[in-house]
Amino acid sequence: MINAVISIFALACIAPLLSRFAGRRTGLLIALLPACLTVYFASHAGLTMRGEAMTERFAWAASLGIEVKFYLDGLSLLMAVLICGIGALVCVYGGSYLQKHEHLGRFYFFLLLFMGAMLGLVLAGNLLVLFVFWELTSITSFLLIGFEHENEKARAAASQALIITAGGGLVMLAGFVLLGQTGGGNYDVQSLLTQGDAIKASSLYVPLLLLICVGAFTKSAQFPFHFWLPNAMQAPTPISAYLHSATMVKAGVYLLARLAPALGGSPEWTLIVTTTGALTMIAGSVLAFYQTDMKRLLAYSTIAALGTMVMLIGTNSESAIRAALVFLLAHALYKGALFMIAGIVDHETGTKDVAALGGLRKAMPVTATIAVVAGLSFASLPPMLGFIGKEMLFEATLDGGLYAGRFRLVLTAVAVLAGMMFVTIALLVAVRPFFGAPKATPKAGRDAPFEMWFAPALLAIAGIAFGIIPNAVADRFIAPAVAAVYPNAAPMKLALWHGLNAPLGLSVVSIVCGLVLYRAWENLRARTKWTRMFSPFGTAEIFAAGGKLIERFARWQTAILQNGKLRIYLLVITLTTIGLTAYTMRRGGVRLPTASFYRTGVTFYEVGVGLLILAASIAAARSKSRLGAVAALGVVGYGVALVFILFGAPDLALTQFLIETLTVILLVLVLYHLPRLKAITGKPARARDLMVSLAFGALMTTIVLVTASVEFDSRVSDFYAAHSLPDAHGRNIVNVILVDFRGLDTLGEITVLAVAAIGVFALLKLRPQAIKQRAKRKRRQLRPLKSIARGEESTL
Amino acid sequence: MSLILRTATRYLMPLLLLFSVFLLFRGHNKPGGGFIAGLVAAAAFSLYAIANDVRAARALVRVEPQTLLGAGLLLAIVSGLLASFGGKAFLTGVWGDFHLPLIGKVALGTPLFFDIGVYFVVVGVALMDVFTLAEETVAEEMDLLETDENAETKNPATRVHKMNAIEERHR
Repeated sequence: MINAVISIFALACIAPLLSRFAGRRTGLLIALLPACLTVYFASHAGLTMRGEAMTERFAWAASLGIEVKFYLDGLSLLMAVLICGIGALVCVYGGSYLQKHEHLGRFYFFLLLFMGAMLGLVLAGNLLVLFVFWELTSITSFLLIGFEHENEKARAAASQALIITAGGGLVMLAGFVLLGQTGGGNYDVQSLLTQGDAIKASSLYVPLLLLICVGAFTKSAQFPFHFWLPNAMQAPTPISAYLHSATMVKAGVYLLARLAPALGGSPEWTLIVTTTGALTMIAGSVLAFYQTDMKRLLAYSTIAALGTMVMLIGTNSESAIRAALVFLLAHALYKGALFMIAGIVDHETGTKDVAALGGLRKAMPVTATIAVVAGLSFASLPPMLGFIGKEMLFEATLDGGLYAGRFRLVLTAVAVLAGMMFVTIALLVAVRPFFGAPKATPKAGRDAPFEMWFAPALLAIAGIAFGIIPNAVADRFIAPAVAAVYPNAAPMKLALWHGLNAPLGLSVVSIVCGLVLYRAWENLRARTKWTRMFSPFGTAEIFAAGGKLIERFARWQTAILQNGKLRIYLLVITLTTIGLTAYTMRRGGVRLPTASFYRTGVTFYEVGVGLLILAASIAAARSKSRLGAVAALGVVGYGVALVFILFGAPDLALTQFLIETLTVILLVLVLYHLPRLKAITGKPARARDLMVSLAFGALMTTIVLVTASVEFDSRVSDFYAAHSLPDAHGRNIVNVILVDFRGLDTLGEITVLAVAAIGVFALLKLRPQAIKQRAKRKRRQLRPLKSIARGEESTL
Repeated sequence: MSLILRTATRYLMPLLLLFSVFLLFRGHNKPGGGFIAGLVAAAAFSLYAIANDVRAARALVRVEPQTLLGAGLLLAIVSGLLASFGGKAFLTGVWGDFHLPLIGKVALGTPLFFDIGVYFVVVGVALMDVFTLAEETVAEEMDLLETDENAETKNPATRVHKMNAIEERHR
């Protein structure tokens, strides 16, 4: 399993190169890997059917008890097969769809990165590993939505999706930590699943449930976070088909199903999850009504479908989980196909507005056939898998489950509403563009090449085949997945014909209502224009207003704290330090050293160094020229280095000497860029600065004295002294600490150094031309500086 | 720039660089280490840049400071990852004894490579700052010359000529 994920990441890295050499065939070539992985995962169906699972693990941060664990059971298997199978098809389809795109290599790179991350997400057996892959899918989704990065709308949609899904992921991480803590510092998913009762009894149950649900809801576009999904339609269509209908948006559903044994089965769970799901179904269904763009229509129906799955999982019953998983599979098949059809129509005719399309079946017979077959499953007509899913959905809502029994009629009504909308949208997307009178389109439509219609055709055929022989799929993939949530679930049998019962009646009702709504669509749209007056109060608008508010706050506080004058920065930093430290000292009390401390002898050269530092500091403060101040500060630095030598810290002294030297060189180079030194502050400001400096000096002195009064605890230094040579093969403890004992700190520090250097480089080299011009104009008034090294100090 | 400084630099440079490598390798047992050694090397190249000019110093370093920076970070991370492949925590030191001809038994470990990574990062950071600042200084002087004389500013040949003129003046 680990190798499967790694192999996808490895292929991602060489994909750009591959696309340069393989040209048109790249898509087919790349699709080979996910296709093989589909077979690999499917071949483990026997294992999960027996109720067994496969585990692979290795240590990650052993000292923190975190391990990388991959786990394959029925639920992971179902998702993995979907990810790899549809992934392979998308590679083929996308290669043809974006054939002439200049960044096709980059497209494969991002796509495969996403595929690896998504596969890792569903295979992860540790909460923290799951989180890492979860955020990785958010980031790759960001890159893919913004693939056409020169399009302003695409960039805005990408960052909106990132803020919502990655932000939700962070909230979820907080929930994971709480969950891990209630489980006794344990992040292993499978062992947490067995502690369901203890977790539900914990006082942290409701907070952690809410936090984790925010993660799942943002990812799966649940109300009120749903609006990022329609905007994400800015992504190229293969991406919409793969990420935003078949796989990534199902991650939230997957997470809820995965954690249901630990978190589910309580009234709170049903309240939060079922209500959100039902609201999302309503929101998605109602908002879809106003769309005419094929992709956005499909996006809103995806929101409603995700709401359906979430609602089902919330009701805590076996039949609901079964329905949710059958629905998940059916939805992935038909929605993936329909997105690809929308892409083909857009690609070949130049528009994807259903109001502007009609009668394409003559020009695009193959596309029309596939669209109708996929549309049948979407509208949940027999003999499609979608029909079975819808029947099971009605069955589950009529049952109501553990805590939603009282509301089962409400839930059923919502399900009928969604079912009705699915029929209408199916007709709008899969029938309307292809039948009726032909309409003129920007490009004359014709059928797409084989590589493009092959993928949706396969998905559509799978929708029929699985509908006709449902148990072949259910036994291998659905039942083991249900068993992952309810280990003692009764065996399931799927059938197209359930007899004359209530679900069948509801199916007929929703189909008839959907047909009626479709006939009245144009008419109703014209009559309900007045509802647009509510659009400024949508969640997307609230989100945008919140973003603006944060921006305004940031601008306001930056203007105060970082107004571009370095001396103000220094003042703010110093005053904050003084305030906080003095407050802490007042609260905690200050214990100064006893009299004996002051009687320790001082040698004359120590006094000499001290006086030198003092004199140089005063000289630096009083200097009338910059170079003089820099030189005096250099003397202060060297003096401090001497102190280090006198008190036995040669490493520190060496570093201090060198840093001083380089600082002087850098300062001298910077000096050139500064205007002539003149009095920039008046008398009162100088008095203020003097007070602040004196206060800071007094504070530092107190801190040193307090430190000296504390009994020295030598445990840490003893540890290093004892372990340096035997464990780390080094006699210089300072260096051993830097490169071994606390190597991670050093790594962090050199990374910060690198980032800072890049920042300096960017500031100097990539300054906007306007600023350079202004600087030039300013300096024109000054006499050009020749060189510091020539000793023309007067110019400074 | 003064002849004395340039001549002195010519002899000081190899010494300083040797000293920096010496500091780097002795660091694990005696005062020294990647950070200090990197600063010495950076100071040496900066001295050269002051005595001659930035272009000459860049030519002497041969690789871009940015490359040094990236290579150093990569080396530090890879040296830490080696332990991970062996099933230990990231950045755990992995040591081995090697028998080298003439020198005898030597203990080599990943912390040394980590330290070399630190060395490259420090050299890269310092040189990136020094070189860019120094180049900006020259570039602005040139801009000033152009505005002063207000002539053939667009012609690249004149630009090069002026560049040389400025550097000549610095010598």
